[in-house]
Amino acid sequence: MNAPTVSQQAIPGTYIFDGRMAMKGYNLNRMCYSFNSADNRKKFKAFPEAYCHAYHLTREQIHAVTDLDVLRLLQVGGNIYYLAKLTGIYGMTVQDLGAQQTGLSIDEFRAMLESQA
Amino acid sequence: MARIIGALTSSHIPSIGNAISNGKQQDAYWKPFFDGYQSVLQWLDAQQPDVAIVLYNDHGLNFFLNNLPTFAVGAAQEYITKDEGWGLPVFPAYHGYPEMSWHLIESLIEQEFDIAMCQEMAMDHAFINPMRLFWPNENPPKIKTIPVAINTVQFPLPRPARCFALGKAIGHAVASWPTDEKVVVIGTGGMSHQLDGERAGFINKKFDEMCMEALLNDPERLARYSALDLVREAGAQGAEIIMWLAARGALLGNVSKIHSSYHIPISNTAAGVLALANQ
Repeated sequence: MNAPTVSQQAIPGTYIFDGRMAMKGYNLNRMCYSFNSADNRKKFKAFPEAYCHAYHLTREQIHAVTDLDVLRLLQVGGNIYYLAKLTGIYGMTVQDLGAQQTGLSIDEFRAMLESQA
Repeated sequence: MARIIGALTSSHIPSIGNAISNGKQQDAYWKPFFDGYQSVLQWLDAQQPDVAIVLYNDHGLNFFLNNLPTFAVGAAQEYITKDEGWGLPVFPAYHGYPEMSWHLIESLIEQEFDIAMCQEMAMDHAFINPMRLFWPNENPPKIKTIPVAINTVQFPLPRPARCFALGKAIGHAVASWPTDEKVVVIGTGGMSHQLDGERAGFINKKFDEMCMEALLNDPERLARYSALDLVREAGAQGAEIIMWLAARGALLGNVSKIHSSYHIPISNTAAGVLALANQ
């Protein structure tokens, strides 16, 4: 029997990138890591699905990538530090990511941030 | 004998880099943030430290998940910067100090911190932005640097208490370095923020204020939290406060506050800067 991993000690709305998620997301994160290179970003943008296949992503992961669906990307093992390199290709800022994940508009998300001052 | 004159801790939010490059320091959005650094700059100007030991977290530039150290100490002649993938500028390399790096490495291993040793290490915004904030007029500044990377990407993260102890060990190591150089320890990241998950946008001002207070007067209080406690209280990336705690650990003398500033929000983050003197 496996010992409980840290991710099982849930914090609402929060994905803990532990060993279980690392196993699940290795290829996805490896692909995103490759986006540190401008040449690779260009290759990806030209043929996203082919690029995903070259990194052996699962069908579920490919759909999350092509939809740029951040919550699903997290659920299929993506780590935000690497995913930011993917979303950056499409010019998404961290406010864009926040708005998408919380279901708010950009203005509502910014107002939510400011309301915490 | 080298001595640590103080610790500077600062947020390293990527957009700070573009704000500096685009000269936005006086814009309404940025002014309160940049104004928060003025007192620290005056202190640095008066002190003229020779060496900066920079505790930071790599965001997937130098390290990938294939080979990810919990603690890694740079021992390079220079530290290059590279394309991080989303448009931050690449800069000339920062100056290293390999002789002192190896002293630090030997001392840390002797004190049972079995760190990774890196003769090449590329720096990302977590190192670059605080350096640009603290030395705004030179790029790279003439100060010699020793980066120390702490893993915040892959759980399990090091325990906060262990990061605090690492800082103490760095303090002891510096004290046995046989020059009269002045060393400043820098901790980067934080304060509360969360980029990912349905809780994205989470900020916890009350917890951040507690951190500021604890770092000055009672760092053991912060060291008693678990890494997951920090995620809960400060947000997923707010756990970066472990770099601040490590920097605070290096102050083994009498600690007093030079300056602190706190501003919500910069990007998705509660931005903070804290400067502590060590006598």
